[in-house]
Amino acid sequence: MAETIMPKVNLPEAKMNSSASGVPLIEIEQLSLFYGASKALKDISLNLDEKIVTAFIGPSGCGKSTLLRCLNRMNDLIDNVRIEGSVKIGGHDIYDAAVDVIELRKRVGMVFQKSNPFPKSIYENVAYGLRLHGKQNKTELGGLIEQSLRGAALWDEVKDRLHSSALGLSGGQQQRLCIARAIAIKPEIILMDEPASALDPIATARVEELILELKKDYTIVIVTHNMQQAARISDQTAFFYLGELVEFGATGKIFTNPAKKQTEDYVTGRFG
Amino acid sequence: MENHFETGLDTLKQKLLTMASHAENAVNQSVQALVQRDLDLAMRVKEDDRVIDQFEVEIDDLVIQLLTKAPLATNLRLVTVAMKISQNLERIGDEATKIAKRARDLAQEPPIKATLDLPRMAGLALDMLKASLDAFVNRDSAAARAIIPRDKEVDALNKQIHNVLVQHMVENPDTIARCLHWMVASKSLERIADHATNIAEDVVYLWEAQDIRHTGAKNPVVPA
Repeated sequence: MAETIMPKVNLPEAKMNSSASGVPLIEIEQLSLFYGASKALKDISLNLDEKIVTAFIGPSGCGKSTLLRCLNRMNDLIDNVRIEGSVKIGGHDIYDAAVDVIELRKRVGMVFQKSNPFPKSIYENVAYGLRLHGKQNKTELGGLIEQSLRGAALWDEVKDRLHSSALGLSGGQQQRLCIARAIAIKPEIILMDEPASALDPIATARVEELILELKKDYTIVIVTHNMQQAARISDQTAFFYLGELVEFGATGKIFTNPAKKQTEDYVTGRFG
Repeated sequence: MENHFETGLDTLKQKLLTMASHAENAVNQSVQALVQRDLDLAMRVKEDDRVIDQFEVEIDDLVIQLLTKAPLATNLRLVTVAMKISQNLERIGDEATKIAKRARDLAQEPPIKATLDLPRMAGLALDMLKASLDAFVNRDSAAARAIIPRDKEVDALNKQIHNVLVQHMVENPDTIARCLHWMVASKSLERIADHATNIAEDVVYLWEAQDIRHTGAKNPVVPA
């Protein structure tokens, strides 16, 4: 994919994909976020490579979801939020005034804790974003919808009832529909904020399997309170505490031999 | 509020140390039975091996229960290492039983006239075992690393005893059966030292998260 995330400005063609240059896909540098006077994120610096799963872990209020939302500027929607530092995706600062935020969110999709399908049919849920981004042809739409539902491992379960209400699906199916909706518009990065926390173990396992499949094509950042889930699905893990990045490294290392005592105490359940 | 997982870990450590004391005792008594030609003591070691076997089963069961709680970091290493230490202790018990069986057979035969440094070898193997368990309890990976090179001393003593026995068999063919009993006992002590070395390596992994097995030279230097 060779599209820039800043179509409004006339910049050199830049690849979101970082593999050729060896530059990380996401570069977070000295990022601080303030809610009014309160500093919720403190000088976070973190680089994430493409097509891997990164887990953000830490106790409630540590800033992990706030940081996740910085990656597609969802915090812009909150009053009184101020940001210092930079977040670059594909080498471009996403907080540059010239950035088209809608276009950014097309490139950086999001799946939330609680599945939030539109009160429409399964078909329309996936078609909505596609139409918004200019896909109107019915045949093309049908193909893309099938592709997205297959990509989210949901096609076989819903192919005979595409025009039934999405609200009739189970919780796990609704969450996979939201993933299908997110991947329909072909993002490169998918942000997931506790995507399985409201699901039963079987639905959770399906979502986890799906995440492992999706990382062949997408870069995934997931916030989770479930450390076993982070251990099962992520390649690297970042541990946050009180708005600071305490430790970042390969998931295997973080969960068997963390370098920092705070991380050790958290993953062994001594606090949090 | 009581932390049930921590309580489970404490129980695991306690069981492991009790099992270790039984294993140490078995080795001590088997060597004593051998050297002092004590038939009754040899029989007791054999019977006590069942206790060690039972500990292995109980520890495995406890480890499985603790693993269902998906421990991480030091807790994960502790649980997995406990299982391996228990396996080594069970094998030490088996070796002690082998020595006791040879002690039983030898006690019913006249002694051979050869100088064998078996008590020294037993002392070295037992010191290694004790030191490896102390390193486990004291979280002392440097002490655990220091145990590993000592295995070579035990190997050398075993070889020396082997050579003395071969020479003795050549010169006194009527003692071959008895000499073979001594050889097996010596080999068992050498294996006990190997198991103590395994435990020391596991202790290094537990407290340093460094797997030093099969790495050739066992560097006794602790990384900074």
